Amino acid sequence: MKLNKIKKDLNLKILCAEKFLDTEVKGGYTSDLLSDVMANSKEKYIWITLQIHLNIVAVAKLKELSGIIIVNGRKPDSDTLKKAEQENCPILTTPKTAFEISGELYQLLRGK
Amino acid sequence: MLKKVKADLHIHTCLSPCGDLEMSPQNIVTQAKTKNIDVLGICDHNSAENVPAVKKAAKKQKVHVLPGMEVTTQEEVHILALFNNISSVFKLQKTIYKNLPGENDDKTFGLQVAVNELGEVLHLNKHLLIGATTLPLEEIIKLIHSLEGLAIASHIDRQAFSIISQLGFIPDTLKVDALEVSPLLSLAEAKKRYKPELPLVCFSDAHYLKDIGQCYTFFYIEKTSIQEIKKAFLNQGGRKVMN
Repeated sequence: MKLNKIKKDLNLKILCAEKFLDTEVKGGYTSDLLSDVMANSKEKYIWITLQIHLNIVAVAKLKELSGIIIVNGRKPDSDTLKKAEQENCPILTTPKTAFEISGELYQLLRGK
Repeated sequence: MLKKVKADLHIHTCLSPCGDLEMSPQNIVTQAKTKNIDVLGICDHNSAENVPAVKKAAKKQKVHVLPGMEVTTQEEVHILALFNNISSVFKLQKTIYKNLPGENDDKTFGLQVAVNELGEVLHLNKHLLIGATTLPLEEIIKLIHSLEGLAIASHIDRQAFSIISQLGFIPDTLKVDALEVSPLLSLAEAKKRYKPELPLVCFSDAHYLKDIGQCYTFFYIEKTSIQEIKKAFLNQGGRKVMN
């Protein structure tokens, strides 16, 4: 599924790297421990987290993730967004919790 | 003249909810003496209220005490802050308290006992000291440095609350003065695993009396001060960290 469809269907707001919304998403991973994401996420997954530290961009790039969804309406600072723009890593936000958005994404990707 | 100073700069007291109630100022100092520790760092979670008591208790015993705190950042990374003066750590505490939501439930997390130098209870701290502040890592480090303190990333080898567990790796831009390894990992092993550009230290992170001094770092410095330890980290003027 394209990231753009996920954005529309889950009503997400895109903060950077908008050009990369046609990226393919093959699955998702929800975690706030970056060491865990590095160990267990997979290529073309979208990552759901509340972490907003600059390191999230490096982890997304390293694991070739399709993008990051930041939950609870948290706002990454300008350094994080600038880095994400440079690295072509779309960052999206939602006011919903990780539980809610993970559930919605799961259903969407499973076509229910 | 430069001398070898044995330091254990990461010690909790009975103020930390997870700290044993036996961790009273006198007991801590006595145990440090037994272990030939020259300088102690008192670093409770997000509070420094027991620092003055430990400092007083240590005076008669000729153990040096550096006022400190183990701050929890927004990312749930633990950072040790160490200072020369109590006034500096209390300035930090003021900002921490303003940005530390929640109230402690002592049945769930443990008692947070503020004491005097005799170990007499002054009050129970109400803040949720086990919780995280709302302040980002970089902001905490900046704040510690603005108060002329040392900022050390706690137990980087641990699976929880360490910069590596929380943030995956040590950011290039991180301005901490050193990295702490827990007693679970040898320094030689840590050097191999992390190939750190920053100096490595090992402290006990003692929550129980028996743990004090189980892990320590020697500094080769002129006198015990934050400035001298900083110089040791930077290998200036013959000062060094001796592991």
